[in-house]
Amino acid sequence: MPKPNASWKEANIAGLVLEPGSAAEYETGTWRVQRPVHDADKCTHCMICWVYCPDSSIIVKDGRWKEFDYFHCKGCGICASVCPVKVEAHQVTGKPGKVIQMTDEKK
Amino acid sequence: MVVSTKRALEGAHASAHAMRQINPDVVAAYPITPQTAIVQTYSQYVADGEVDTEFIAVESEHAAMSACIGAAAAGGRVMTATAANGLALMWEELYIAASMRMPIVMSCVNRALSAPLNIHCDHSDSMGARDAGWIHIFSETGQEAYDNTIQAVRIAEHPDLLLPVMVMQDGFITGHAVELVEVADDASVQRFIGSYSPAHSLLDIDHPTTFGAWDLYDYYFEHKRQQTDALSKAMKVILEVGQEFGREFGRPYGAFEPYAMDDAEIAVIVLSSTAGTCRTVIRELRQKGLKVGLLKLRVFRPFPAAELAEALKGVKAVAVLDRSISFGSMQGSGPVFLELCAALYAAGSKTKAINYIYGLGGRDVLPVDVERVIHELKQVADSGEVTSLVSYLGLRE
Repeated sequence: MPKPNASWKEANIAGLVLEPGSAAEYETGTWRVQRPVHDADKCTHCMICWVYCPDSSIIVKDGRWKEFDYFHCKGCGICASVCPVKVEAHQVTGKPGKVIQMTDEKK
Repeated sequence: MVVSTKRALEGAHASAHAMRQINPDVVAAYPITPQTAIVQTYSQYVADGEVDTEFIAVESEHAAMSACIGAAAAGGRVMTATAANGLALMWEELYIAASMRMPIVMSCVNRALSAPLNIHCDHSDSMGARDAGWIHIFSETGQEAYDNTIQAVRIAEHPDLLLPVMVMQDGFITGHAVELVEVADDASVQRFIGSYSPAHSLLDIDHPTTFGAWDLYDYYFEHKRQQTDALSKAMKVILEVGQEFGREFGRPYGAFEPYAMDDAEIAVIVLSSTAGTCRTVIRELRQKGLKVGLLKLRVFRPFPAAELAEALKGVKAVAVLDRSISFGSMQGSGPVFLELCAALYAAGSKTKAINYIYGLGGRDVLPVDVERVIHELKQVADSGEVTSLVSYLGLRE
């Protein structure tokens, strides 16, 4: 990543990025308007959300759903859309629907 | 030691000859009249094994410039050629090439942009690209097209610049006219341009680099500031390379070429082949005692504003001949005139300036037309009054 707030004299020529994989350091979570929330009790760990997430923001550990990567998650809602598991009352929202639901992002 | 030979070459062939001697890594090009002679000749060089170039026969000019950008990002020395609508089809890539700081060298054989359909010379094609971030160098003759092409490589690849360069010559008038061109030996051209080793390259797998990445409001502005800074350094490099070329090959180059300017009270500014017509008329009028001079503009981007204002000190009135119209600009004047007016204003100059649009779509400009310009210019100088800011040469009124 270039030096934060580099002046035009310091910035890399033509915006070249000289380190591989540096997108990981760029916070896209600030773009989020809606925030996905997860019901850990009802999740079957089917990993369909992990397959569909376009920003690799579903973190899995030892074959089990672990957490959202809110540093990168843009809140697109695909995970909530593809989640196949229904709940009567969501652990976080208290509402009926799916294991992953979208909520308003608290600013 | 430069060994030169004189050859009868069309302007386009002179450019192709320079390209053969430069022997770039990649040429991606699409043929279009009147540039075709360059691409056709160059592809023959490739087929005959006279160059090592990877020649990419693309499906359009959009693809041509895209391939050039990719090849340049991969670290290659890259060249192409186009004209008119071909240049227009390259539009977005022209900006991308300049913004990505790719030192691509391109021949542009100036031709009118449609419509109505016209394949003959005017400068509306490259003038439309004047804000794309390229360096623009105009050539009066096949000799200059040859010389400028060789110099363009050095200018483009200069580490302070890393900017693409467009080398213009007039379609048909220069591009298809046979002239005597003094060509140097291959080794001298190679020695002059030297080798090119970019600081960053896609093929440098030990240092993975991303080119043309997403660049938002937090950095884009800084990168544009860098780009305009590079253009501001370009004139110094162009002049240095022009002088060095003169030392090596005997033909030095500047930002513009003055003729009979020492005690001139009136002056004409013009690009490319029409400078020859102007020079002939001015030589004759000088013999009649008229104090008239010529500034043949060679470098249009970056525009030598301060240098031109300085060269015009003491000149009462100047006429700018434009081979294109900046539609909707001040009285529909031409781009060179607009730039010169800005230059004179910024320098606090009192020199009167008038504009003539000429030669659109290949319309001939004759000595009698230039005589008319100088006659009217003399009236402006004597009276201090501009009665017509923009006029048309050789138009049926």
